[in-house]
Amino acid sequence: MPKSKIFESFDEAVADIPDNVTVGFGGFAVVGQPVNLCGALAAQGAKGLTCVSNGLRGGATLPEDAPTLEWLVRNEQVKKVICAFTAPTRASQRLVFTEYYEKGLIDAELVPQGTLAERMRAAGAGIPAFYTPAAVGTELAEGRETRVFNGREYLLEEALPLDYAFIRAYQADAFGNLRFRRAQRNFNPLMAMAAKVTIVEVEEDILPMGAIDPDDVHLSGIFVHRLVKVPPAPEGWWPMRPAEIVARAAAQKEAAR
Amino acid sequence: MSDTKGLTRQQMCDRLAMEFQDGWIVNLGIGIPTLTSNCDFGDKAIIFHSENGVVGYGPLAAPGREDMHLVNAGGQHVTMNPGSAIVHHADAFGMIRSGRIDVTVLGAYEVAENGDFANWKMAGQKGGGIGGAMDLAACAKHVFVAMEQVTRSGRPRLVERCAIPVTARGVVDLVVTNYGLFEITPDGMALKEIAPGVSVDEVKATTGCNLIVPPEVPVVRLRG
Repeated sequence: MPKSKIFESFDEAVADIPDNVTVGFGGFAVVGQPVNLCGALAAQGAKGLTCVSNGLRGGATLPEDAPTLEWLVRNEQVKKVICAFTAPTRASQRLVFTEYYEKGLIDAELVPQGTLAERMRAAGAGIPAFYTPAAVGTELAEGRETRVFNGREYLLEEALPLDYAFIRAYQADAFGNLRFRRAQRNFNPLMAMAAKVTIVEVEEDILPMGAIDPDDVHLSGIFVHRLVKVPPAPEGWWPMRPAEIVARAAAQKEAAR
Repeated sequence: MSDTKGLTRQQMCDRLAMEFQDGWIVNLGIGIPTLTSNCDFGDKAIIFHSENGVVGYGPLAAPGREDMHLVNAGGQHVTMNPGSAIVHHADAFGMIRSGRIDVTVLGAYEVAENGDFANWKMAGQKGGGIGGAMDLAACAKHVFVAMEQVTRSGRPRLVERCAIPVTARGVVDLVVTNYGLFEITPDGMALKEIAPGVSVDEVKATTGCNLIVPPEVPVVRLRG
């Protein structure tokens, strides 16, 4: 009987992550963000991390104090980020990352979003590189290998393997077969495929084997190694409605007075 | 908004939306283009595709009724129309790169008369925000741009050559600004329609490239 994939806490699930590894953080905007795992890694303190994610903060609709890559940056745990957004998506937004980046304390690789997704899919599919039409003729393609197929120019992109993937799912069984809900799927299955170790925060109670119909599995447990159930708020982080975020921020401001 | 003259942002999107054909698969960028999902398409069936894998999303969810697992690429809580589907990011971009998207409507800092455009990095900025724009711009069948006529400091956004790093080269078909509708033609940038209350001289004075202007410029067509 192989070792159980179920962990009792986020802290236990990230305890052995060493310095200088590459970690992928799934999620897009507010949905499917591994917020709890991110908070646990900030507490654990691994340094020299290369962090792969769509952006730094997962959209403006997360509460200001939700754990995101910004926490790891502030803790000086991050050596490099690989993202589709390294600047805020709204003029009003400020990132801790920007200060570190402008001072040269953090390196960044900016990647078109589709290329980022495909580089991880390729890593998970055993494909070392591929050609894409995205970014041809731009600053990102300068000095890099391109090739013409059927009269059109394409840019060579290499697979992006991860040491660890942090993802969030709706349902899991004990083997780690996953189901996502609505837009929660986003980068999550791709990061899991690309990673040596995939750690999942699961929203519903972890189910016995057989409870998810095989036809309904979105990601095979072959790509999944550790599962942690997200506890109810406030112990666990859950997405909030925009009005709830506003009310919460106002209450915090009032309490601080 | 430095200049409120001419079309509103919603009107800008309404005008571009009139170009959509029945059955088109449409992807909207962040900023002004998101307003396109509010447009009235009449009898036309329009399917909205989002980079995060939501295919067939509908109007914004009412406050308090948001599904916490459902957003579009702009992070807005949307609804799903009958016939919607969910795919992961690599499949969503597979649809983009393989040419399944009929039109993408994007915001921009600059559009050049040769169809180059720039929307991911401002002058002097370190880093930037590409998102899905480079994939979309390189691969969508049509690229439409919705942006203000001039920058906050009053400089033209329609230019001879982009001064800031481009998103893609030679891809823009149609541009709407608060001053009018512009088409990128093999001969350069053409003024097709002009916003009510704006003169041709004002358009020329705020455009940084040669403009092909017909003898009679029609007023921007708007429904309702």
